[in-house]
Amino acid sequence: MRDFWRRYRRNKGAVVGLALLLLVFALAAAAPLLFPGSPWDMAGAPFLPPGEMGMLLGTDSLGRDVAAGIAHGARISLMVGAVSTIFALGVGVSLGAIAGYLGGFADDLVMRFTEFFQTIPSFVLAILLVAIFTPSITSVIAAIAIVSWPPVARVVRAEFLSLRGREFVQAAEVLGKSRLSIVVGDILPNALSPIIVLASLMVASAILLESALSFLGLGDPNLMTWGFLIGSGRSVIRLAWWMSVFPGLAIFVTVLSLNLVGEGLSDALNPRLARQRGGAA
Amino acid sequence: MEASRLPGFLARRVVKSVLVVLAIVVCNFLLVHAAPGDPASVMAGQSGAADPLFLEQLRRQFGLDQPFHIQLWVYLKSVLSLDLGFSHRQQAPVAQLIAERLPATLLLTGAAFIFAVGGGVALGALAARRVGSWADSAITALALTFYATPLFWVGLMLVLVFSVWLEWLPSFGMSSVGVELHGMAVVWDVAQHLLLPALTLGLFYLAVYARLTRATMLEVADQDFVKTARAKGVPEGRITRAHILRNALLPVITFAGIQAGQLVGGSILVETVFAWPGIGRLAFEALLARDYPVLLGVFFCTSVIVVLFNLATDLLYAVIDPRVEVG
Repeated sequence: MRDFWRRYRRNKGAVVGLALLLLVFALAAAAPLLFPGSPWDMAGAPFLPPGEMGMLLGTDSLGRDVAAGIAHGARISLMVGAVSTIFALGVGVSLGAIAGYLGGFADDLVMRFTEFFQTIPSFVLAILLVAIFTPSITSVIAAIAIVSWPPVARVVRAEFLSLRGREFVQAAEVLGKSRLSIVVGDILPNALSPIIVLASLMVASAILLESALSFLGLGDPNLMTWGFLIGSGRSVIRLAWWMSVFPGLAIFVTVLSLNLVGEGLSDALNPRLARQRGGAA
Repeated sequence: MEASRLPGFLARRVVKSVLVVLAIVVCNFLLVHAAPGDPASVMAGQSGAADPLFLEQLRRQFGLDQPFHIQLWVYLKSVLSLDLGFSHRQQAPVAQLIAERLPATLLLTGAAFIFAVGGGVALGALAARRVGSWADSAITALALTFYATPLFWVGLMLVLVFSVWLEWLPSFGMSSVGVELHGMAVVWDVAQHLLLPALTLGLFYLAVYARLTRATMLEVADQDFVKTARAKGVPEGRITRAHILRNALLPVITFAGIQAGQLVGGSILVETVFAWPGIGRLAFEALLARDYPVLLGVFFCTSVIVVLFNLATDLLYAVIDPRVEVG
């Protein structure tokens, strides 16, 4: 563990990313304390510029506090990112493991299925899914999970293909272990590092996807989200630039920090690869 | 590839593409049936058109009283004859609505694509030439930035800077309203309107292609044939262009094919921000009106565009790289 941290620390960007990410987490956790009450409530006069009347980031067209919206939106963004990634990992790891371990016909079938999902325009599919199943936090998470599992399946399959012929797997087979216990207990732990790196990047892209959906008005109508904030600021951008600028910065900082952490994890978990790259990243 | 093997390769790719399109139609069909409530009300669109008589007529028309597989067959037949249903919100066939809007979207995504690939490859090559220099760091930082920025927000920020503050460029639409223009003036007008949306849509992919080009160029630069060329005394500029870049382009092309779908998807966001009159804007309007036939039509149409694009990149790949595995 200490070794892992030492290697992680070597990537300066990743350390900055981790600090930023912790900051976003702190903001999300402290939102009810910093901004008690609902972010949907009127807090001041409409269209107050940042800094006026004690409104740090200004107010929107209905006098709602933009800063409160951002703080409460952080909770939703992080939650949607994490939960949809967990579901996508579940689907991707299962399918990838089946394809990589069984090979042959099962592999062909799963890979054709995966390719199909990678071909169709995923964002359009996500829009369609949320629109048809009516926008709610569940349908948003489900739609994001449905369009983001294919890369996981590919990565896991590749890992399983290269691992299943190794001695320790053969040894487990000779010992008479069941397939399931070999897959879960022996191969999967050895395939974890690329999955972890991928997961951090998936949370980032899930947050982007969620913001895009709620920007289009497909967010849960009861939840304040960053995309919704930007969407409501779109038509009044000439009047109130702060309504769309600050929530966008929040998305940017969060997604950037996750990407940086992902790179750091990749360096720390694959030390050989990091050295090959000459630490240029 | 030998010329004699090209037709077989082509045929296999076409068959595969047709299968994907069929799967998309089935996918659409299942979505309509999985939707909460009656498929007829989904097809009618939730608002406005939901009187019982009309729903009854729709049920008969689509054979919703028939067994499942027959319904699927009816649906397949109608979609493949390019009957994508009828939008009762807009009182027009979906296929016609999409056909009217398609050229604008193709113009936008095409311009964004050329900008992204051209700029990305150039920047990536520059970064790879001077690893560790400030230009390299700047390009890496730029790529990281655009990786993390929502597309629609970039669009809004560009509007804010170039239309609201500097007043250099128009912020919405495809042409100026209320002015009579002729000849080159029309082209110039559209180009001005196109600039910001195309930049918005292209910047993210520019970053993607720049990083990819940089990575693959560094990889190729290590290979033996490059060392050989250098040992022979080939000038450095020529090595970069003819030996390294040419080989590094292959993964970029593959990736561009894979990304086509996302480019089309992203155009929905960009067209929404800039009120660009393409199918993305159509999808957004349909979204607001819960006009499902149009949404399903847009999904079908964008998927077909992506499939065609993939087919084109496959062929391009086979032509550029004779070693490509046929299969």
